[in-house]
Amino acid sequence: MNPKGRAAQMTLDILMIEDEPNIAEALRFILTRDGWRVDLHHDGMGGIEQIRRCRPRLVILDLMLPNRSGAEILAELRAESDLALARTPVLLLTARGQGAEGGQQADIVLAKPFANDELRATVRDLLD
Amino acid sequence: MPFEALVAGCLAYVALMFAVAFAADRAAARGHVRWLDHPLVYTLSLSVYCSAWTFYGAVGYATRSGLEFATIYLGPTIVCAGAWWGLRRLVRVARMHHVTSIADLISARFGKSNPLAALITLIALIAATPYIALQLQSVRLSFEVFATDSPQGNPLQGIGLWVAAGLALFTILFGTRNLAADERHHGVVTAIALEAVVKLLAFLALGVFVVWGLADGPVDMMRRISAASRDAEFSEGWLLKPDRWTALIVVSAAALVTLPRMFQVMVVEAADEERLHVAGWAFPAYLFAMSLFVLPIAVMGRHLLPADANPDLFVLTLPIAADRDFLAFLVFLGGFSAATSMVVVSAIALSTMISNHWIVPGWLALRRRAAGNDRPDEDTRDVRGFVLNARRIAIVAVVGAGWVYHEASGGAAALAAMGLVAFTGMAQVLPAMLGGLLWRGANRRGAYAGVGTGFALWMIMIFLPSVGVGVMPGLPADIDPLAFSIFVSLAVNTLAFVGCSLFGFPDPVERLQGLSFVSSVEPIRHSRMRQSDDRAEPLLAMSRRVWGADAALRFFQAEAVAQGKSGYLPDLTPRFLTRLERKLSGTIGAATAHAMIDRVAGGAALTVSDLLQVADEAQRAKEETQRLESATTELARTATQLREVNEKLTALSVQKDAFLGQISHELRTPMTSVRAFSEILMTPDLSEAERRKFAEIIHDEAARLTRLLDDLLDLSVLESGRARMSYGVVNLHDLIVRALSSASATCPERQFTIDRDIPTEHLAVITDGDRLLQVLINVISNARKYCDADRPVLSIHVRRSAGAGAHIDIIDNGSGIDGARQSLIFEKFSRLNDPARAGGAGLGLAICREIMLALGGDISYLPGQGGAAFRIRLPVKPPLNSGASSGE
Repeated sequence: MNPKGRAAQMTLDILMIEDEPNIAEALRFILTRDGWRVDLHHDGMGGIEQIRRCRPRLVILDLMLPNRSGAEILAELRAESDLALARTPVLLLTARGQGAEGGQQADIVLAKPFANDELRATVRDLLD
Repeated sequence: MPFEALVAGCLAYVALMFAVAFAADRAAARGHVRWLDHPLVYTLSLSVYCSAWTFYGAVGYATRSGLEFATIYLGPTIVCAGAWWGLRRLVRVARMHHVTSIADLISARFGKSNPLAALITLIALIAATPYIALQLQSVRLSFEVFATDSPQGNPLQGIGLWVAAGLALFTILFGTRNLAADERHHGVVTAIALEAVVKLLAFLALGVFVVWGLADGPVDMMRRISAASRDAEFSEGWLLKPDRWTALIVVSAAALVTLPRMFQVMVVEAADEERLHVAGWAFPAYLFAMSLFVLPIAVMGRHLLPADANPDLFVLTLPIAADRDFLAFLVFLGGFSAATSMVVVSAIALSTMISNHWIVPGWLALRRRAAGNDRPDEDTRDVRGFVLNARRIAIVAVVGAGWVYHEASGGAAALAAMGLVAFTGMAQVLPAMLGGLLWRGANRRGAYAGVGTGFALWMIMIFLPSVGVGVMPGLPADIDPLAFSIFVSLAVNTLAFVGCSLFGFPDPVERLQGLSFVSSVEPIRHSRMRQSDDRAEPLLAMSRRVWGADAALRFFQAEAVAQGKSGYLPDLTPRFLTRLERKLSGTIGAATAHAMIDRVAGGAALTVSDLLQVADEAQRAKEETQRLESATTELARTATQLREVNEKLTALSVQKDAFLGQISHELRTPMTSVRAFSEILMTPDLSEAERRKFAEIIHDEAARLTRLLDDLLDLSVLESGRARMSYGVVNLHDLIVRALSSASATCPERQFTIDRDIPTEHLAVITDGDRLLQVLINVISNARKYCDADRPVLSIHVRRSAGAGAHIDIIDNGSGIDGARQSLIFEKFSRLNDPARAGGAGLGLAICREIMLALGGDISYLPGQGGAAFRIRLPVKPPLNSGASSGE
């Protein structure tokens, strides 16, 4: 696994949909430092279109988003007719504690706040 | 047989009668009435019908008129055997009404009219006096028959007086022992039953002796009778006269129920109507036995005794002539029994009538007049003693009158004739009695008319001629005067009764009594009617129970006024009763009211207390229904409330979950940033700029957390109503200036044009200045944050409200809040925009609303103002419940 090699492919590793600017800033900083290509989207609205466009290898999705919840976006993604797209791994972030609804369709759910290393390990697992 | 022996035997017999009567009374007093109440005793007591007239007189009658004597037995036989159901009905009705005599029965039926009872008492007394005299005469005559044997001069001196005195004493002793409500006399009845047995045995013994001792058996007897009927001496009298037969059967049938003594034993002394089951056949059988040997005795007497022998005494003279002393004595005792039982029972019956309808009412009227006492019921005990004494006096008077008549008349008249006079006299009561029992239309006026004319005609046509005063106007020779008189008097009587009943309307008491009698339903008790208002009162009481006191009184008053009466009790006109019934049916339901009316019109029990009970039941049922209905309503309401509460709780639970979720989110979000950046800060090779930037973020997020916690605490205090407001006089201008200055810290980079009208802002209000300031800052800060206009303008205007309060409108020129969200903005965590711009948890407006409510005002969104527009309304005065903390 060579991040640099991946980067050469110019494909997007992670699309992060997160409305909290500070959290998004922190995650991008951490993941970018690990060598992942990260893109950011701030709103629930337009989230699914962004996924279709970017076709990321991993989606980090916040559950509580303005205008459109993460659960809705996730359901939409899993219902995509393009099966490759529909099977995109999703890491769901939730500030609602355990057992957030919509978690079943995610590959993994991470409760806020989390340790940075936990996030990095999870992302690495999902992307390798 | 020596006269002394006769007297001694007679006295012994009398002593026996006293003993029997005494024993029976004792037994009854101890409650041992089983054998006393036996139907056979009752049946035997009915034999008081067979007085000395039938015992002695029947043979005399048969001797003179052949089989005509049989009519006297046929009448009662037909009634008993053929109309026992009618008698049962009579007994039932009479017992129901606690009737004490025939006069009482008729007066009770016709509206408890005492004058009517008094009139009937008069007829009964007039009719009975010669009849009682006849009994005394028969006793005297029977003694005389024996006295011809006596060696002494005239032992019969005063025998009539002695007998009369003895009978009066017996009657007083056993007839006025108590004033029982049902007027039963066990002692007397038992003694009479015993006498009936003696009568029957004596007569049968004589008959057997005559047929088998004097004649040569039944066949010979038949031959002799048949020969006698061809005898010229007999033949004329023995001709069968249909008119007389019919008249006599009618009269004797009437006598069974109208004669005071018959009414006494058959109706008053009856425990219940069931005895008539037995009496219905047993009494005719008794009469048959009593009449069986009449003709043989008459024929044999004619044949064997001298031509001048009194046929009325054949029963005695035959055994004496045959030297059968014991048989003669037995027959004498039989006759004595017949006479004495008749006198005793008649005296009891008549004395009851006289005291109840003559003496006591007169005495009460006198007392009332003397004392001015209009409530005679109060001294009942006094009356009780008086009534008993009145009866005793009446007994002496009745027996005494018989004796006086007997002495005065000299006892010449034939026994049978005097019996018939009494029969025909009392028969005048029959139309009123039958009519009263069978016809609801019969009324008091008719009864007066019928009984009155019947009485008058009887006096003129029958009674007075019988005592030799006045003579019947001449009739054609082929018309029998007795039959004619009977038919005419009864016909006119009946016509008058029916006619006058048709032309009159019975008053309410009569109506109800009439119903009770005709339908043999329970009577209205306590309905003694002094004034028509007497029954309006119980009706009012009944209506009260149905409608409640006020409504009932209103209705009665209105009816009374409509009748032109003062007071609250209307006359019981049919119109009023109908209206009352109708109104009752409107209240207690048609069925119940109909049942009550039905009872009036032909149904069952009908006492005032019954009606009250019905009304009570209906009212109870109605109340129960209402109670149930209200309970059902209450239950439904409770269920609805419970459902609402449940929904509210469910909603609250959902809200709570949502709220906790929100709080969790709001807390975890800054925490996530803080943790993530602090961990980043722990890693090496960060630029100084990065390090500074991340530390700032941590700081801001920590501040955000603090704010959030402050807001949450604030909101929870405000929502619980425990927030203490510090009221004071505040100038709104000062507050607005401070608010603008504080809010300018929010998004300080934005330049707002503030549109104000400063003079109007100088308005002093009593409120909590710090809290109001918090609200103003929040709203202005929101405008600073969210107003999306390029050149933002914020207008702040203060106005006095119409209700002397004030409101502050804060309006920006942004795009405002769209309709669907306007209703959400005051809810908790209703942050509309992205958190980056909000910088809060979305509790601001929720807190503002709670503060304004606590201050007695409110905050609302003003739609259609161009931009976001809020109106903050302030009351003139702080709300009262917060006033306690004012000035602190």
